[in-house]
Amino acid sequence: MAKERSLSPEARSILGTQISRRAVLAGAGGLGAAGLLAACGGGSSSAGGDAKTVRWGNWPLYLDYDDKTKTYPTLEKFMTQTGLTAKYFEDYNDNDEFFGKVQAQLKLGEDIGYDVVTPTDWMAARWLRLGYTQKFDAANVPNKVNILDSLASPSYDPNRESSLTWQGIMAGFGWNVQKNPKGIHTLDELFAPQNKGKIVVLTEMRDTIGVILLAQGVDITKVTENEFMNAVDFMAKKIADGWIRGVKGNEYAEDLTSGDATAVIGWSGDMFILSSENEGKFDFAIPESGGTISGDNLMIPSTASADGKKNAETLINYYYDPAVAAEVAAYVNYVCPVKGAQAAMEKIAPELVNSEYIFPTEKTASRLHIFRSLTPDEETKWSEAFQKAQGN
Amino acid sequence: MSFPKVRVPYLLLLPGFAFLFTFFILPIINLAQTSTQTPIAGGDTGQYEQTLAFGNYIQAFVDNKEQFARSFVYATLATIFALVIAYPLAYAIAFKSGKFKNILLVLVVAPFFTSFLLRTIAWKQILGEEGFVVPGLRSLHIISQQTTLTSTSVAVVAGMTYNFLPFMTLPLYASLERIDPRTIEAAGDLYANGITAFRMVTVPLSLPGVVAGTLLTFIPAAGDYVNAAILGSPNTKMIGNVIESRYFKIVDYPTAAALSFTLMAAILILVTLYIRKAGTEELV
Repeated sequence: MAKERSLSPEARSILGTQISRRAVLAGAGGLGAAGLLAACGGGSSSAGGDAKTVRWGNWPLYLDYDDKTKTYPTLEKFMTQTGLTAKYFEDYNDNDEFFGKVQAQLKLGEDIGYDVVTPTDWMAARWLRLGYTQKFDAANVPNKVNILDSLASPSYDPNRESSLTWQGIMAGFGWNVQKNPKGIHTLDELFAPQNKGKIVVLTEMRDTIGVILLAQGVDITKVTENEFMNAVDFMAKKIADGWIRGVKGNEYAEDLTSGDATAVIGWSGDMFILSSENEGKFDFAIPESGGTISGDNLMIPSTASADGKKNAETLINYYYDPAVAAEVAAYVNYVCPVKGAQAAMEKIAPELVNSEYIFPTEKTASRLHIFRSLTPDEETKWSEAFQKAQGN
Repeated sequence: MSFPKVRVPYLLLLPGFAFLFTFFILPIINLAQTSTQTPIAGGDTGQYEQTLAFGNYIQAFVDNKEQFARSFVYATLATIFALVIAYPLAYAIAFKSGKFKNILLVLVVAPFFTSFLLRTIAWKQILGEEGFVVPGLRSLHIISQQTTLTSTSVAVVAGMTYNFLPFMTLPLYASLERIDPRTIEAAGDLYANGITAFRMVTVPLSLPGVVAGTLLTFIPAAGDYVNAAILGSPNTKMIGNVIESRYFKIVDYPTAAALSFTLMAAILILVTLYIRKAGTEELV
């Protein structure tokens, strides 16, 4: 770079401009990074929905995946069988976040870039209330009858006209076996001295507060505001006293592997995968006082085109085939919502036929509870309290 | 065909203005409108109507004073640490690096080749219980067995310092590099020793770089939420985290908008005071 030898005012002002231009460039670098960051979370809505395509937004690690071929085997089979192209996006990371991203388009009736989305029960209820979904054409989804009886008539969609469960999720205690050799079955065992400062709980309010409420002897199918706020205060106190290290989504799994967390309120499927990837270093149990169960639901957004809707129905129907459902369950290890999948599992992975994670027995199922649905006012007020307890 | 000369500068401004109007002015207006809305009675989550509720601002500020204060304290600390680290670095690159100058500059910028988010997550692994730092420090008895690094304010400030270091280094380098070495020689000729020459000549001449660097670090650091979200705990939440939670979790757009405006105003005021005090007419 040529040195500027003159110190005349003109030269100084030129150099001054250069500096600020450089500064601007450096600033632009930062903006670029922020942009990248934003792009990470963004759905690629540019992938338009044409007649032979179905676009599905789902949670990460929620579909059978073959590491060698880098494909989703059941999805590949779907494409061969039907001649449709399935575009699969693992970008449903958080119910609130996803809703925040697509809400404006849903309101305006503009394509949100997905023909199938996978919201959790309470969020599915919100989509339905707001009219952001389309009813299935029953003729296109004959396999609908395969849904487990226990899931067949939720309060938000009593006849399953617009939603079908993708997977059921149990929330309970997960722990590091070395640090908790006796396991964790009660809230007191979770808050045992060896876990102080190394407990992580879920950002999913209904699961974290649900498990706490159950331990306090509250029926979460009828929980009142006072009871709820009590449980939130309990959590806030545990945070303030340094017991709880963080309130997180799926990232609690990283904390367990990095040793930053030794005990968590977590999800069954995650814990199963963690445990099998780390040679039994982790374990999971439904608390003695009970755990929560919820479901993620396949739904068709109101903005899907007629073709997109039909293809989405074909896809949903395909995944309600017991053999296909079993194949998915053998990978994701969440509660399988499809009747007949347990029998089909015999051929796919016989060791999983009796897995409590995938096919909970009556006894386990009796300890699982569904958090009651909230009114919009409650939803705002309760989640505000839950956020405040986490320092937000 | 030729344009009247006088119009050319305005035409040149057009693309920039159109861009800023679409992607800055319009969203800001939208944000301002949102900030004074209140929930529709009996409406669903996320449905708001305009009622010009300016009380939103007061409520939002009062509810989140703590996180506001924390944001500015963390950002100030990160800026100071970045300056302390970057000044000698930029000085060495500008005056002492010889033929390695370009390589060193590339190294300063190199972190930008990876996403901001990934780098922060990497720090979480490095500072984690089973990374090499914590067990190392423990076995050397520098920290106690119970002390952890992640989920602390130390980790958040360190993450911010690291992430914004290039923003501090580059402007500092730019202003140090253009200092005429003859001015320093002249100071020596006038019997100034090394320290005095540095204090009386180098530092004042590099001040524009210091001002640019501190602004480029402080402004994004004050609004940052990634470091607090990834490296922090519920006790280290910054205002950016609150805005995120208000927007996405509680679906309380008016409060999120009011907080954003308050943050922008606070930064603007602080920066204006700072620039006035620093008196760098060269920069602005």
